[in-house]
Amino acid sequence: MAEGEVPFRILPALSERSGFFWRSGRDGVLRFLRCTDCGAWLHPPLPLCPVDHSKNLAPTPVSGRATVHTFSINHQPWMPGPELPYTVAIVDIEEDPSVRLTTNIVGCSPDDVYIGMPVRVVFEHHEADDGEVWLPMFEPDPDRAGDGERGQ
Amino acid sequence: MNASDIIERRACVSGIGQSEIGRRLDADPLTLTLDGCLAAIEDAGLRVGDIDGLSTYPGAFGPSGFSGAGAVDVHDALRLELGWHDSGIETSGQLGSVIKACLAVGAGLARHVLCFRSVWEGSAQGSKGRAGIMPGGDGKKGVRASGFTEWTLPFSAPSAAVWIAMFAQRHFHEYGTTREQLAQIALNARKNAALNPNAIYSEPMSMDDYLSARLISTPFCLFDCDVPCDGATAFVISHVDAARDLRQPPVRVEAVGTALRGRPSWDQFDDLSTMANRDAGAHLWSRTDLKPSDVDCAQLYDGFSFITLSWLEALQLVPIGESGPFVEGGHRIARDGELPLNTHGGQLSAGRLHGYGFLHEAVVQLRGQGGARQIAKANPQVAIAAAGGGNTCGCMLLTRD
Ligand SMILES: [Zn+2]
Repeated sequence: MAEGEVPFRILPALSERSGFFWRSGRDGVLRFLRCTDCGAWLHPPLPLCPVDHSKNLAPTPVSGRATVHTFSINHQPWMPGPELPYTVAIVDIEEDPSVRLTTNIVGCSPDDVYIGMPVRVVFEHHEADDGEVWLPMFEPDPDRAGDGERGQ
Repeated sequence: MNASDIIERRACVSGIGQSEIGRRLDADPLTLTLDGCLAAIEDAGLRVGDIDGLSTYPGAFGPSGFSGAGAVDVHDALRLELGWHDSGIETSGQLGSVIKACLAVGAGLARHVLCFRSVWEGSAQGSKGRAGIMPGGDGKKGVRASGFTEWTLPFSAPSAAVWIAMFAQRHFHEYGTTREQLAQIALNARKNAALNPNAIYSEPMSMDDYLSARLISTPFCLFDCDVPCDGATAFVISHVDAARDLRQPPVRVEAVGTALRGRPSWDQFDDLSTMANRDAGAHLWSRTDLKPSDVDCAQLYDGFSFITLSWLEALQLVPIGESGPFVEGGHRIARDGELPLNTHGGQLSAGRLHGYGFLHEAVVQLRGQGGARQIAKANPQVAIAAAGGGNTCGCMLLTRD
C-alpha cells in the first residue's frame, strides 16, 4: 500500500441506530449519544438511556480528545488492511472515560504508543454503496504531547 | 444460602470421552462428534437409551469448523428420547453448556445428560478453504460489519488474539507482568503435552524458542495462541443418586461460577486488567465452604496464554496482579508443584478443543487416570475447570466422591 493511501477496511453496516456515529466525521466532529435528561454518555448506541431509561437521546459533539487505555501492535496479516505492523488501541473519551472506542493509532510509529498517551480524533473517509463513512482513528495530540508520559 | 439450594451439587460427571484428536483429520465432523459422545456413554457404563438430556456449545453455529454438530444432529443420530435439551453460545463460556446440564439434573428434568463440544477448525483452516477469520476476511467488497464486530472489524481488529492482547497489555502496565512470565504458561503446557499421547504438539519448547517466535499481536507471539484442531469431547452429567453404581467413581460438582456483573463487552468492560472471569470466579467461591487453598490442580482456559494468568487471579488462586511472579520459573505450576496447571497441555499444545478439554482433564486427574502426566500429589480431592475469556466465562469446582 502506498504512503497516504486509504487501506481496505470492512465498513460498518449503517444501521438506523449507529449511522449517525459513522457519519459524524463529515464535519470533523466526533459524536456520541447523550441522554438529555440525566447527561449520561452511552456507547454503543442504544434506544434508551441505561441509567434512567429515558428515550431522550441526542448525538452530542465531544472534543475528540482521548487517552490510550491499552493497545496492541498487530503483526498478523488477518485480512487486507493497513500496512503491518499497525496499532490497535482502546481509548477513553475525555468527556467520560467509561466511554471507550476500539480504534487504530495513526500518525506515529507503533513503537511510540504508550498507555496514558494523549490522542485526538482524525477521520478516515470511505465511500460505501449506501453512503459515506468516516472511521474515527486517533493520532498523537500535539497540544498535550508528553502528558501521561510512560515513566515505568 | 442453604446447601440444598445449591442444586449443582446434585450433579456429577459420570462419564468422559473423546474422539480421535488431530491437527487435520479431514474426517466427517459428525462422525467425530458421535465418536466422542459414545465414548463418554461407554465410559460411564451407560447405554444410549439411558441418556435423557442433551446439551452442547455453541450449537450448529459460526464460521466453518467452529462447530462439528448441533444438538439436533446428535439427538437424531442417536435417536435420543429427551426430557431436557439445550444449546447455545450466549452462556457462561463453553462450560456454560455443562453447567446448564448440572442444573437440569438438579432440577429433575433429566437423570443423565450428554454434553458435547466438537470442532474441526484444523481442517477448516487447512484444506477446506476457510477464507478468513471473519466474513470479509478475503478482502472482497460488500461485506459489512454488524453486531459486536461493528466496533472492531472496521479497525482491522478481527481476532480475539488482538482483543485479548489488549487485556494482557493493560495487565502488564498495571502490574509489571512480563513476556518471560507469560511464556511459562506456554512452556508448562508443552512440557505436559509431551506426556499426553493425544496432544497435538509434544516436541520440547525452550524460553529461547518462545522469545524468538514471530509476533502475532503484542505482547502475544505465535506460542501464546492455541492450536486449531479437529476432535470432540463429551461428558455424561448424572444425578448423584443415579451414578452410585456406574463404571467410574463419580466426580462431584461442588460449585459453579456463572456471574457476569460488568458490561458484557470486550472493550467497554469496567476493568480491562481483568475480564468476565473476575465475576465468575468470585461467584464460584460464594457457593462453597471450600477455599482456593484446597485446590489440588487447576485446568484453566488458555485460548491465549494470558487468559490462564487472568483465571489464576479471578479464581483467587493467587492475589490480584501476582499471577506473573507466581508462574515465574514454572516450578509452582508443574505437575509436582504447589498448583499443577493444565496438565494435559492445554489448548496451546494439546489442541483447541474449546473449553471442554479442561473439564475432561480435571476429571482424569481426580480419578487418578493421568498415567504419565498424573500429578505428583497422591489422591487429589479437589480440581477446578474454567473456560472462556473476554466477556464469556464460566467455571466449575469438582471433588472426588
Ligand atoms: Zn439518562
